[in-house]
Parts: sequence; C-alpha cells; structure tokens
Amino acid sequence: MEITTGWYLVLGALLFVIGGTGLLIRRNPLVMLMCVELMLNGVNLSFVAFARQLGDIGGQTVVFFVLVVAAAEVVVGLGLVVAILRRQPGATADDLSALRG
Amino acid sequence: MVDTLVFIVAAAICLTGALGVILARNPVHSALMLVMTLFGIAVLFVAQEAHFLAAVQVIVYAGAIVVLFLFVIMLLGVDRAQNLELSILPIQRWAALVFATGSLILLVGLIMVVNEPVTGAEAMGGAASGDENVRLLARSLFSDYVYAFELTSLLLVIAVIGAVVLARKPKEIQGAVVEELGDN
Repeated sequence: MEITTGWYLVLGALLFVIGGTGLLIRRNPLVMLMCVELMLNGVNLSFVAFARQLGDIGGQTVVFFVLVVAAAEVVVGLGLVVAILRRQPGATADDLSALRG
Repeated sequence: MVDTLVFIVAAAICLTGALGVILARNPVHSALMLVMTLFGIAVLFVAQEAHFLAAVQVIVYAGAIVVLFLFVIMLLGVDRAQNLELSILPIQRWAALVFATGSLILLVGLIMVVNEPVTGAEAMGGAASGDENVRLLARSLFSDYVYAFELTSLLLVIAVIGAVVLARKPKEIQGAVVEELGDN
C-alpha cells in the first residue's frame, strides 16, 4: 500500500476535527488554547502534503508563517489567561461573561 | 514499505496524542499529550522532506510553546482535575457532536471525492535533500515573501509587548485591594 497525499490530508482533517471538538467540549481556557494548536497543526500537515505533491516550496513557507503566528497567539492568549485567572481564580470559559452587554 | 510503516506509526501517535489532549482531565497531561502529537507531526514532516520545518516544529512547538503552557499551568496552580461530566452544558455536547460528525464527513468525503491529482507548477524540482530543502525555503522566504517575513518580526514585537502589558500586575488594582482590606 502506498501512502498518497490523500492519507496525509485525511490525517490533517482528523486532527482538525479533534481539535475543534475539544475546543467545544472543554472549558479550561488553557486546554482550549491547546486545542487551537491541534487545529493549526492539522492544517500545517495539509500544507506540507500539498507542497510535496505540487513540488512547490510555497506550502512550506506558509507553514513557517503559521508557526510564527501560532507562537504570537499563544503568548498573547496565555497573557490574557494569566490576567483573568489572577483576578478570578479558577475561572472557566463560562465564567468569562463580564463583557456581555 | 518503510514509508507506509512510518506513516502508520506516526499517524497513530498523532491521533492518540490529540485524543489525549481533549480527554485528559488534568491540564498537565493535556500538555504532555500535545508534545506527543507535535513529535508525530514532526516525523511526518521529515517523511515529506520538509526537514527544516520538522526541526522548527520540535524547537518552537515542543521546546517553547508547550513549556510556556506548562509554566502557566504551574504558576497559576490550575492543574486541578476537571470533571468532564459536570462541566459541560447539555447543548454544548450536542453542538460538539454535530460539529465533529459534520465536519469529519465533509472533509474526508471531499478528499475522497476529489481524488484526482492536483495540477501545479513544479517549482521544487524533484526530491530534495535536507540542505536543498533549507536552501529552497530560504530563497522563497527572502525573495517572494520578504515583506511578510519582515511583518512577522513586527507581529512578534507586538506580541511580546502585549504579553508584558497583559500579564503585569496593575498597580491601581493592587492599591484598591489593599484599601478594601483596610476598610474591612
């Protein structure tokens, strides 16, 4: 059995769906951020698979930028989590309705 | 044959880790499972000749991002186990189920239907060694995408400043808390 691009795409889709499901069912903000990382990695895998199939390095360049943006996102997200949990210890995503009008 | 074996083992590691992230009750276990998934993906990157990205994946993700997660978990002491049964709203579980099945069917179905090979320009020129991969990526990054590359440096500076501003303990709040305590 040969591993074609389709298998990588299916694995990427599975990782994306698992991450999205975790984002919906978990309430701990830290675990939700990890689920976002899972989704990003599923998409990265698809990008690299297409870069291989098309023989185009552009796909890998995009993955590089996704890595940078993911790092920035995690830093800001964790900063927000630290600020929120310091004010309201043990807060979950459902408790963060203070901005509701 | 070796390719198939590598893919199957790495995919199993990735999926086990991903399920572990969303099912582990303790956030520390979730973070460690995330490392497992990221290593599996790094192996798949190597299998697809993206050597540079595999190295960056391990260094940046497993080395920096997950360590950052663990630092925050330890600092805030939120490593208490979360009861998955009680913490979910009833509608949330149904929404998650609908999302999961719907998007899974959609994505995998689309991949199966659109099975014909994609056409595109051959820019990489066949199989590339590790050095060749880095050279190609660098050339692409510093020629075609040089503005985007410079903008990412700006983004990182903004993220650093934002994190410092957000995580700093504000002086006025500290003062207010002290006053409140004094009143009581």
